[in-house]
Amino acid sequence: MNFIICIKQVPGTTEVKIDPRTNTLIREGVESIVNPFDTYAIEEGLRLKERMGGKVTVISMGPPQAESALREALSMGCDEAVLLTDPAFAGSDTLATSYTLACGIRKIGEFSLIICGKQAIDGDTAQVGPGIAEKLGIPAVTYVKKIEDISEAHIRVERMMEEGYEVVEMGLPALITVVKEINEPRLPSLKGMMRAKKAKIDIWNASDIACEKERIGQLGSPTIVNKIFTPPPRKGGEIILGDPEEQARKLVEKLRQAKVI
Amino acid sequence: MGIEILEDKCSGCSLCVKSCPFGLIKIVSREEVGKPHPKYKKIAVIGQGCNLCGACLEPCSFQAILIEREEAKPRPDVSQYKGVWVFAEQKKGEIQGVVYELLGEGRKLADKLGVKLSCVLLGKGMDEGAKELIAYGADRVYQIEGAILRNFQDDPYTDVLTDLVEKEKPEIVLMGATAIGRSFASRVAARLGTGLTADCTELAIDLKTRQLLQTRPAFGGNIMATITTPHNRPQMATVRHKVFKKAVRQGNRNGEVIKENVEGKSLSLRTKLLNMIEDITQTVKLADADIIVSGGRGLGGPENFPIIEELARTLGGAVGASRAAVDAGWIPYSHQVGQTGRTVCPKIYIACGISGAIQHLVGMQSSEIIVAINKDPNAPIFKVATYGIEGDLFQVVPALTKKLKEVLE
Repeated sequence: MNFIICIKQVPGTTEVKIDPRTNTLIREGVESIVNPFDTYAIEEGLRLKERMGGKVTVISMGPPQAESALREALSMGCDEAVLLTDPAFAGSDTLATSYTLACGIRKIGEFSLIICGKQAIDGDTAQVGPGIAEKLGIPAVTYVKKIEDISEAHIRVERMMEEGYEVVEMGLPALITVVKEINEPRLPSLKGMMRAKKAKIDIWNASDIACEKERIGQLGSPTIVNKIFTPPPRKGGEIILGDPEEQARKLVEKLRQAKVI
Repeated sequence: MGIEILEDKCSGCSLCVKSCPFGLIKIVSREEVGKPHPKYKKIAVIGQGCNLCGACLEPCSFQAILIEREEAKPRPDVSQYKGVWVFAEQKKGEIQGVVYELLGEGRKLADKLGVKLSCVLLGKGMDEGAKELIAYGADRVYQIEGAILRNFQDDPYTDVLTDLVEKEKPEIVLMGATAIGRSFASRVAARLGTGLTADCTELAIDLKTRQLLQTRPAFGGNIMATITTPHNRPQMATVRHKVFKKAVRQGNRNGEVIKENVEGKSLSLRTKLLNMIEDITQTVKLADADIIVSGGRGLGGPENFPIIEELARTLGGAVGASRAAVDAGWIPYSHQVGQTGRTVCPKIYIACGISGAIQHLVGMQSSEIIVAINKDPNAPIFKVATYGIEGDLFQVVPALTKKLKEVLE
């Protein structure tokens, strides 16, 4: 069985600090990592391969430096890696990204299951996974916390919901997005790292994956970022002083005055 | 198409460098890159990966950055799209809370545009639900009935909604950013080939262009981005539960219910829902609680959560937690408040031993009253707290519980 994992390279932290003087982002020293949710997707792909046999291919769309994210996936044990990179992809929103990745996946060839992380920590949209499924015309289940069963033709999974979970079955090929409850990602082995260092990564541009020019990059993106601004901070209030008993008493008084208790 | 640094204008001042959310701008020597200038020695260069967000345009005092947005393809006529729609998500026949919040916000948008507010309700036996939607502000409800629609499944739901959108042409479609809404909205938008903005915290209308201004946090909430869908319709957005206030119910409102049955129609169905299991550990109902008491790293370990639970119990509230406490395994993920957990908006939020990382703050800062208990006077949580108590939570929290027990009895 062939498994395809979609990954994204993201900044290593979402806790980007704001320089209060210039009101801009401080980005120094922020390294790039594989989107943490995608590491669960990689791990699940590797486990399925160990169980069912086959091949795990990891794919990413991004700037040339995203190659290092793919090498990390290879060092964990993925067999092959594909990087979709082209200046024409710049400015892609989730729709254009879904389309581009779907074109790349078509070129990879036959597959049984595509696995994505539930969302990327920089954009937090959770839209690209289901978007890829739609563009490829395959069924999908999001927020998968467990694969209960898999065969050549079917998969049965548990999908996390607000108040519990659902058990859903679907035919293959299909796509799932996974949450962190699904597994504990392995660390790269030394052997894996050596292999990943030398491994050849397929680098495909827009014409390699035969995508329509009008559906990629900024042109293929219905949404545009109009404005970026710093949110007005909420004003801090009153500090309540005294010993713990006094502080408790004063706070209760204030809450009663506000008629919230 | 693309971004360009105008060689003759750039002074190499580096003002743009810090403005780039992606850290892609570098200042280099003009000599090195072969772009000499009589006055300036340096020039900005933009690395790969730019998504043309435009954050660098304003800081540049020299108008040296140019972004060209290509407008080559013929754009569809957006003027024939009219009306604001809300997807009325139901589970087991019960319309979800976020729907009433979307109706409140949708009403404002529809009034501003001078159009109707409609709901799309998919399910089986939803007559009462349709009436409720009208009482909460809908002018019209498309009630689509069928056994296949009883529970959410991507395929039939996507078929029904995309068909309806293509037929009725709404200009705006809003959905809750729930587990269902997020994957469903994404499917629908991809099939329609239109724009979708996730987790909006503010929606407004630009009356000149009739565009929906969709504002959402980016980069963990440090910056806000306003996103538009200029040339495609409908403009689709998801909104989290508790971000907007619930609409006010008016029992005497009139509205139109357009009922349709899909029995006998061929809808695709490639997934099979075998079972729905309610998880008892997830009954915290964090999102609906009026009072939340949250614990963070300052608790020191899972054995100390009972003091938080006791305070929550005394107040009749729910127990929340910071990401740090959840990641340390002290309390299940279902309690997590913040960017990667739940967004909450209670009347009182009491943060105990939570420093207030930005990703936590974005999940709770719209609470009516925030109380922070922390021993570090410099903890960022104090910047958003209505009442700050600097002190040892192991003393303050029990004292508070005791005092509350006295007065609440």
